Amino acid sequence: MAVAQDTVERSVRNGVPLEYATADGELKIAGFWLFLSTDLLLFACLFSTYAILRTNTVGGPTGAQLFDIPGFTTETFALLTSSFTCGLATHEMRRGNRAALIAWLAVTVLLGLVFIGFELDEFISYATHGAAMQRSAFLSAFFTLVGTHGAHVSLGILWMLTVVYQLAVRGITAVTARKVFIVGLYWHFLDIVWVFIFTVVYLTGVLK
Amino acid sequence: MTVSHQQANRRSHSAGDHGFPWSHIAGYILSVVLTASALWLAVAHAGRPVWRLSAILSLASAQIFVQLFLFMHITESHGPRYHVLALVLAAVFTLTVVMGSIWIMSFNGTQAY
Repeated sequence: MAVAQDTVERSVRNGVPLEYATADGELKIAGFWLFLSTDLLLFACLFSTYAILRTNTVGGPTGAQLFDIPGFTTETFALLTSSFTCGLATHEMRRGNRAALIAWLAVTVLLGLVFIGFELDEFISYATHGAAMQRSAFLSAFFTLVGTHGAHVSLGILWMLTVVYQLAVRGITAVTARKVFIVGLYWHFLDIVWVFIFTVVYLTGVLK
Repeated sequence: MTVSHQQANRRSHSAGDHGFPWSHIAGYILSVVLTASALWLAVAHAGRPVWRLSAILSLASAQIFVQLFLFMHITESHGPRYHVLALVLAAVFTLTVVMGSIWIMSFNGTQAY
């Protein structure tokens, strides 16, 4: 309690957000930016693979035949909106409003679930129509790239739920504030990756 | 605890965060407009595909900056901005891996280097 009080005092003196108020918080936020940089390299390799293999359909279905414009547009707007609501959660955290913070995180999780729901439906529909991962190099690259992003989002949903639980139990402290900020960085990063999947995979696939 | 907590937070947004989340709303509107424009360009039948492809890639790149500056608070740091350095380095590597791979595989080893 005394330590927490100290942190808050220091935060007041320096006018810095609570998540940066301790050296530990600052270091972990900087470390997470480093992680995002390396995660970007993983996606760089998967995007390269997809860009090279996208036309190798060996007589199987092409992107133009598979991709459903209303479906991937809905996924995109669900994720864009969730990135916005996640930003609002950080905003409310900095105003010290725990109820609004938890509410916006809950909305973010729900939108993430909508996104994953649409993606699973898409994957199952492809697989049951002869367009599974092993059908062609195009589909292997497609499922690896889009699936890796989907796995990141699924992990993000579970992670965000654990942060919501900690906020409900402990309130907004230097530690929980840092956790909210970092899971937010992760979520916005996944939105950027998705914008490129939307562009490079889906839009390029249906482009005439 | 609660009172000083609120003071801490009230004071912290004098550093740039205000009561109403204008920057977040601006970011959301921008990301929706950029996405809708890209979708329109891709399904429209006007113009050469290569130009439309360049345009949608530019729109996607613009979205990186919307997220970084309006949502991810990239400008916040209390010391050297090492995280920006790491990101720039990762961006250079990403461009090299993606464009280098496409370059090599397009020529398919048939060039007499």
